[in-house]
Amino acid sequence: MAKSAAMINAPRKDRKFTWKEIKRQKVLLIIALAVFVYGIVFYYLPLFGWATAFIQYKPKGGIFGSAYIGFDKFKFLFTNENIGFWRVMRNTFCMGALNLITSTFMAVFFAILLNEIKPTIIKKPIQTVSYLPHFLSWIIVVGILHSALSSTGIVNDVLIKLGVVDQAINFFAFPEYFWGIVAFANVWKETGWNAIIYLSAITSIDPTLYEAASIDGAGRWAKIKYITLPGIKPTFMILLLINVGNVLNAGFEVQYLLGNGLVKKVSETIDIFVLKWGISQNDFSLGTAAGIFKSAISILLIVLCNAWAKHAGEERLF
Amino acid sequence: METKNKHKKPINGWNIAFKVFLVIFMVIFLVATLYPVINTIALSFNDGTDAVRGGIYLWPRVFSTKSYKTVFAMENLLTGFKISVLRTVIGTLSSLAINALLAFVLSRKRFLFSTQLSFFYVITMYVNGGLIPTFILYKNLGLMNSFNVYWVTGLVSAWNMLVLRTYMKGLPESLEESAQLDGAGYFTIFTRIISPLCKPVYATIALFVAVWQWNNWFDAMIYNRLATEYTVLQYELMKLLSSVMNQSGSAETAKDAGGANTITPITVRSAASVITMLPIICVYPFLQRYFVTGLTIGGVKE
Repeated sequence: MAKSAAMINAPRKDRKFTWKEIKRQKVLLIIALAVFVYGIVFYYLPLFGWATAFIQYKPKGGIFGSAYIGFDKFKFLFTNENIGFWRVMRNTFCMGALNLITSTFMAVFFAILLNEIKPTIIKKPIQTVSYLPHFLSWIIVVGILHSALSSTGIVNDVLIKLGVVDQAINFFAFPEYFWGIVAFANVWKETGWNAIIYLSAITSIDPTLYEAASIDGAGRWAKIKYITLPGIKPTFMILLLINVGNVLNAGFEVQYLLGNGLVKKVSETIDIFVLKWGISQNDFSLGTAAGIFKSAISILLIVLCNAWAKHAGEERLF
Repeated sequence: METKNKHKKPINGWNIAFKVFLVIFMVIFLVATLYPVINTIALSFNDGTDAVRGGIYLWPRVFSTKSYKTVFAMENLLTGFKISVLRTVIGTLSSLAINALLAFVLSRKRFLFSTQLSFFYVITMYVNGGLIPTFILYKNLGLMNSFNVYWVTGLVSAWNMLVLRTYMKGLPESLEESAQLDGAGYFTIFTRIISPLCKPVYATIALFVAVWQWNNWFDAMIYNRLATEYTVLQYELMKLLSSVMNQSGSAETAKDAGGANTITPITVRSAASVITMLPIICVYPFLQRYFVTGLTIGGVKE
């Protein structure tokens, strides 16, 4: 990371703003200009659209033809109890945090265990299978989850045969199971994929460290604890910091597809809230306000975690 | 291997316990990953009325291909399949071409604005307008109810561009210089010299974009809900599945769901799922080594 920053900032000796130079790289400049215009339209114009939150948006008038209302929408969002914004915030944050913790733990755990398998002929097929769920869409995953957890599905079959329950449980009808199901679905889908980066971090650890530890009589556990775990710590920290900023983003598809009337109170996330109020109810201003609040919290989370990492003397983003 | 084994501690209880645990964990992991997929395939080849009884695990009980015939007779699914293939092909090729061109420009040492333009795009990774402003924009650009919303909106991706740029920066500069001495322009350098060397990283990015295109349904739901001629396979599959999910979420027991006539039989749903996941299952194992490298470059970059 430090290296790439240096590469961007390094002064280039041969860069001169002369007419000759501009003419020479005119092809590059034309491509750059086209891509720049594209970026302005598709990435930066929506940022100006944040203004929508401060006006009573009317499709006919557009942003400039609608009345200015200041922070009214934000006030409504934070104080109106019927729309349940704080409940939605809590759901998003709790599910995001739960997903982050479980999926990171499983990815590290899986990577370390997989690394202990030495013969490639066994390791490789396991790895290939582990990537599979990442490539399936959430719709497929939810469908699979649904048939596995249905009353005639495999989970209820096993539970009944083991005598844990005597009647099939309808898992999707109870709010207390919902967050757990979402976390499990995430772990099922992404463990193998998330482990790729940790595996590559483990392989880049100097093998002589392990050999030296063996000579000193270190067992498998000691080697994992004193060599492998410290070795992947920088990767772990960087990924943690990136993902903390995404905690509030990690809640749309699976919650939207799995949610139903009975678990609505715990399943709705900010993105679903924005979709519901913004698109379905046509209150563009309220939807935008909720979106801005989400972005603000995400950025705050990144900055806070980064400051903490800096304080603790760990790897950090900026 | 040989030298390592020499230093290994003599076999003791802990070592054996660890090995047993490792084997059990991996077996559970493999079963948990593969079983649902195999079960879906088994269900799709089973007779519809027989499947309601449950108890089909790894192999169909009463073999039948009727479900597939039913699926292929559904017009909306066929349209969805066609559009999904089209958007995957067009979206992947266009996005790869644009991102590669941009990465090529940004990785040229002489280029006057590489710092500024990189920064301009890196910002988009952290801040975006959000759903509603984006929705308003697409509406104003006339991207509602059109095929274009599938590929125009995702042409440039900062992350993919960074992976490509990192790879191109690693290529020797002398290649470009010698080509320029031979009178080659930038466009020739890009198509004839840089691109052939970038095949592995192109494959990685193409795979990422293709999977994203194939699996995406949100844009179809938001922007093309009313334009049924531009529906995509995933969205149609979601409609098939959601009728059942709403049922089990309501107060009625899930048992009624299987037998009710209004709901698509589980075998048909499974057949549609198999058709949706098959292309990806067939392709990804062969591209494995590419995406592992791609992800590692990307991870280090960030």
